[in-house]
Amino acid sequence: MVPDNSEAFQPKIVAFLCKWCSSAGSDLAGVSRMQYASNAVPITVNCSGGVSPLYIISAFSKGADGVLVSGCHPGDCHYMEGNYQARRKIYLLQKLVTFMGVEPERFQMSWVSAAEGAKYAKVMDEFTEQIRRLGPQTKLKARR
Amino acid sequence: MAKRTGVFVCHCGSNIAATVDCAKVAAELGKEETVVFSDDHVYMCSEPGQSAVANAIKDNKLDSVVISCCTPNLHEKTFRDVAQAAGISGFQCEIANIREQCAWVHKDKAEGTEKAIKISRSAVRRVRHNESLEPIKIPVTRRAMVVGGGIAGIQCALDLANAGLDVVLVEKQATIGGHMLQLSETFPTLDCSQCIISPKMVEVSKNPKVELMVYSEVQEVSGYVGNFKVKVLKKPTYVDPESCKICDDCASVCPTVVTNEYEHGLSQRRSIFIPYAQAIPATYTLDIEHCLGLNPIACGKCADACEAGAIDYDMQPKVVEVEVGAIVVATGFKLYGQDKMHEYGYGKFPDVLDGLQFERLLSASGPTGGQVLRPSDHKVPKSVVFIQCAGSRDPAEHCSWCSKICCMYTAKHAMLYKHHVPDGQSFIFYIDIRSGGKGYEEFVHRAVEQDDVMYLRGKVSRLYEEAGKLKVQGVDTISGQLVEIDADMVVLALAMEPSDGTAEIAKTLKIGLDKDGFLAEGHPKLKPVESVTAGIYLAGAAQGPKDIPETVSQASAAAAKVIGLLSKETLAHAPTVARVIPNLCTGCDMCVQACPYDAIKLSAAGKAQVNDVLCVGCGACSATCLRAAIEVRNTTPRQVYDMLTAALGG
Repeated sequence: MVPDNSEAFQPKIVAFLCKWCSSAGSDLAGVSRMQYASNAVPITVNCSGGVSPLYIISAFSKGADGVLVSGCHPGDCHYMEGNYQARRKIYLLQKLVTFMGVEPERFQMSWVSAAEGAKYAKVMDEFTEQIRRLGPQTKLKARR
Repeated sequence: MAKRTGVFVCHCGSNIAATVDCAKVAAELGKEETVVFSDDHVYMCSEPGQSAVANAIKDNKLDSVVISCCTPNLHEKTFRDVAQAAGISGFQCEIANIREQCAWVHKDKAEGTEKAIKISRSAVRRVRHNESLEPIKIPVTRRAMVVGGGIAGIQCALDLANAGLDVVLVEKQATIGGHMLQLSETFPTLDCSQCIISPKMVEVSKNPKVELMVYSEVQEVSGYVGNFKVKVLKKPTYVDPESCKICDDCASVCPTVVTNEYEHGLSQRRSIFIPYAQAIPATYTLDIEHCLGLNPIACGKCADACEAGAIDYDMQPKVVEVEVGAIVVATGFKLYGQDKMHEYGYGKFPDVLDGLQFERLLSASGPTGGQVLRPSDHKVPKSVVFIQCAGSRDPAEHCSWCSKICCMYTAKHAMLYKHHVPDGQSFIFYIDIRSGGKGYEEFVHRAVEQDDVMYLRGKVSRLYEEAGKLKVQGVDTISGQLVEIDADMVVLALAMEPSDGTAEIAKTLKIGLDKDGFLAEGHPKLKPVESVTAGIYLAGAAQGPKDIPETVSQASAAAAKVIGLLSKETLAHAPTVARVIPNLCTGCDMCVQACPYDAIKLSAAGKAQVNDVLCVGCGACSATCLRAAIEVRNTTPRQVYDMLTAALGG
């Protein structure tokens, strides 16, 4: 059940999805007509390991309230080890953004396989709700 | 020069249009700086839709297109081909997924429209910097590997070999044939299973195009479609197949007694054994797990007994590297676990059997020589209860899926039982009878009408032993009555599971599993024999429960796919690979280390250099480079930044 949040704060979220697992998982959620929050706009990349930390910082500077990176489960990466690389980079970046004053919860990695449509929908709902509770992100947003 | 992009928004009937205002999306996208044409269409993928794209490209001198429609997995190729045919590079076409990732998962039209605009705009911003690329041509290794030597693998290997391709058939066990060899007779024709698979086994073993690797396992796979490198572990059998005369002298002196897997636990074998007389390859195998030890001081009886000198304790495991262009995975099924079916006394009462054990009892080559006898006291059972859906269709306790073949083989079991024991009575507890298939429905009727099989619609609630009888209690939901049967034997139609090692081989080959652990097909309807990885195909029950005719069909279908793939001299490799910007590169070596494919090397001048054929475009290098000196074509950092802006509403 999607709660009625029409009056609530609508966070801007970007979700980097790897093509082989998480994007396929989002397709399965679609085929299964699972309903979830529409805030996160997906950007499909080949591999979560190809998501540069700069993309995340850039997303925050462009006004994202939350950024999600979703890849294949550990050990299941289509590119052998990309998701491990992503995990290491994201762990470090999380420390960095925390140091910069951004709540670490605004930036998360998840593992969603091609068979996990329901998990994809759940991750989207939970992450959106998490960001909604945190409110707008202003620390890294470019002041233009 | 500025791009001239065309945007096409698909309604997909009402699939997208119900939640997304497609005309508004087209209008909004029309305001983009580079968009010179935008329109919406009821079905973009239809012939008129495709023509609309082709005509717009020509009429408006478009150099790039964005199609806002379903997932790129479905129609990216369709529209890239359209673009190519209309005279622009297929890589100037990008798909914005506004169906699976938007229209189907949201209800509110305003929200859906807003998100669809963001997704589509992000694709437009990306295509703004797309390059026109030509596919990279790579040579193909015209050899295929089939993993699994059951009926699926055998059929597939034969089809491939008969088409003139070299085939490597890898089997984990010491002999090929798989489960089909354990069956007595097959529904609905009741032909003898051995009689129909044995000729195929002989054929595959004699075919000069087929290299048989038994007692072997796939260890490691590298490479890509058309050019895989597979490391196969050949386990030592400690018997030289060339010298072995199959005289049985070794087994008759072996002091260890082990449960016979081939007879599904109904008989014993020795540590040195041949599963059955007609095994292919015809040779003994020493099962090191149960052998007293390879040291002649420990035992050594078999080697002493072997006059041919075929036994070699010094045989070592060997890793062989094989180069193949395609791989077919046909690793089969196993029956749902013995340890999990306590409610029916499976594993506790010796006369509660599973379907494969009953097959062995019915089989002329089985442990009882084809007589139906109770394992406990070797008496002929006069009343047998068959329980269908033992583990299947039970999401609360066991497997959620229907194992598909049990209705038919249970009818067959009851029928054959009556043929073996004419004064016996069989009962079948069932939920539904699923007898879809040519001649299947008639077969079930024959069981009821000619062989007096009593069908009881309901589940068994209790099974216990009393005075040498198995008491089976259940409800006949048609008459609404409680039923209690004194049975001499109970046969469980256990659920079918993927065989042991399926998850491991899936991981090794980087192909997915579905939620039940079977191998995942590329698309449930349109790619039923392809895996998600190019060049790797699926056949048989490893992909989902299926009977013999279906397995054989899928095996031949997989073979046809492989033949198609390997019929070409070269394969097209996606040109969306990494590119180095030399004047930014400092030769720090970080991308070299990040690349999982060894596709990057440092040149003599100390700059990174990409091998286009090895590169798969994952982007690990680009995400690691501190100076943005390496990027993946058509997914460059600049493009991603532009997509981010669009995704965030800018």
